[in-house]
Amino acid sequence: MSVRQGFLALLSERPMHGYQLRQEFEARTGGTWPLNIGQAYTTLQRLQRDGLVAPVPDDDEGPERFRLTDAGRAEADAWWLRPVERRAPARDELAIKLALAVTVQPEGHGVDVAAVVQHQRTESLRALRDYTLLKRDAGDDPDGLAWSLVLDSLVFAVEAEVRWLDHVESTVAQAAARRDTPPVTEPVEPAPSDARRSGPDQLARRVRGGAR
Amino acid sequence: MNAPVMLRMTSVTRVHGQGAAEVHALRGVDLEVRMGELVAVMGPSGSGKSTLLNLAGGLDTPTSGTVTVGRDDVGTLDAKARARLRRKHVGYVFQDLNLVPALTALENVTLPLELDGSSARRARAKATAALATVGLDDLADRFPDDMSGGQAQRVAIARALVGPRRLVLADEPTGALDSVTGEAVMRVLRQRVDAGAAGLLVTHDARHAAWADRIVFLRDGVVIDSTGAAAGPDSLLHRAVRA
Ligand SMILES: Nc1ncnc2c1ncn2[C@@H]1O[C@H](COP(=O)(O)OP(=O)(O)OP(=O)(O)O)[C@@H](O)[C@H]1O
Ligand SMILES: [Mg+2]
Repeated sequence: MSVRQGFLALLSERPMHGYQLRQEFEARTGGTWPLNIGQAYTTLQRLQRDGLVAPVPDDDEGPERFRLTDAGRAEADAWWLRPVERRAPARDELAIKLALAVTVQPEGHGVDVAAVVQHQRTESLRALRDYTLLKRDAGDDPDGLAWSLVLDSLVFAVEAEVRWLDHVESTVAQAAARRDTPPVTEPVEPAPSDARRSGPDQLARRVRGGAR
Repeated sequence: MNAPVMLRMTSVTRVHGQGAAEVHALRGVDLEVRMGELVAVMGPSGSGKSTLLNLAGGLDTPTSGTVTVGRDDVGTLDAKARARLRRKHVGYVFQDLNLVPALTALENVTLPLELDGSSARRARAKATAALATVGLDDLADRFPDDMSGGQAQRVAIARALVGPRRLVLADEPTGALDSVTGEAVMRVLRQRVDAGAAGLLVTHDARHAAWADRIVFLRDGVVIDSTGAAAGPDSLLHRAVRA
């Protein structure tokens, strides 16, 4: 997603000038994506260069307003139905930490994986609770709804992390019980199981490579 | 927080079975829930969550240690007094719902009120309102067996929240619910607690546990960790907005 696509979507409602676009963009994304005004004008210039927007002709005084061209309208419509591409996952510090926790054996003692998991889980749940508090206060008006959905996306991401931590914990515990060896010797797959199941080799390589 | 403590568990131990079959379901658990406070309990299957809730609701008594609800030491009450305490003060959503199959949704919700001496008319009015809060006004006359799992679950929640219950205990109340309905149920539970009840919620679902003021983690019958009381969202709000 880019600011570009967001501007096209907003201009599909009505013509706007740069400052208005910036304001609307911030309001509709629940304030989670602040823009500076320079960014807004640069984006508009590029859209004009690419023939997707054009100045409103014979506009009275005030800042110059832009509207979608036919090509711009087609692009705005197409964007909604084009799935967001899953990029190679970012190198996730947490996944790497856990992968190391189950394999590294510092001199004299193993890493207490259960403790690592529990500390992280407590922290993640604290974040989850704070997001939930914010959600409780989000109103039912359109702005509140946008904000609430943005919070939901954060909430679901943390939830997925917590579920993964639960999974790591049980997997390590079961492996330890099965082999009757300390849990630290059992490697776990740091990638979410979904990515593994659905992925062809290529995806697996991207996940492992953690390219970004 | 200075609200009075509604539920207090002190060094609570519960051993099921005996001899070789002995299971230490809880081992020295301390827990307090104040009025206006919602506490979530999380932990793997078999860690003792339902055992904890049964003790808190006076359905079971500890092997050692004490459980106090309001001013009553549950362990010293006789069975009749415990039943009265449960009926009057404790709302309970069981893991297996425990609805009466021969009664309609409305009658299931009305039952605890009538048992407690409400007039039939007043009980009905309150029960109807409780069903409405969980979005089930249309299904008041259905029998539990003719409902979906999530609908039956919401009947059980309405039953737990009806009347002046001061302690609300819920064992996986959102298990069969979709995310939006589950959230609606958490909102209702939260409102009830904000209005002065004390709440104890068992859940596997981190999203729902996040509605609680505090989360307690059980492992093999021991409280291994808990999140502190809410610190306020300011710093996080800042982080979310500036991310
Ligand atoms: N009546 C009983 N007799 C013997 N053992 C019991 C009894 N009730 C529970 N247990 C044992 O006590 C332990 C804790 O059980 P409990 O039902 O409290 O777990 P839980 O955390 O609620 O699990 P779940 O998430 O699966 O509901 C388990 O090992 C269980 O087998
Ligand atoms: Mg249970």
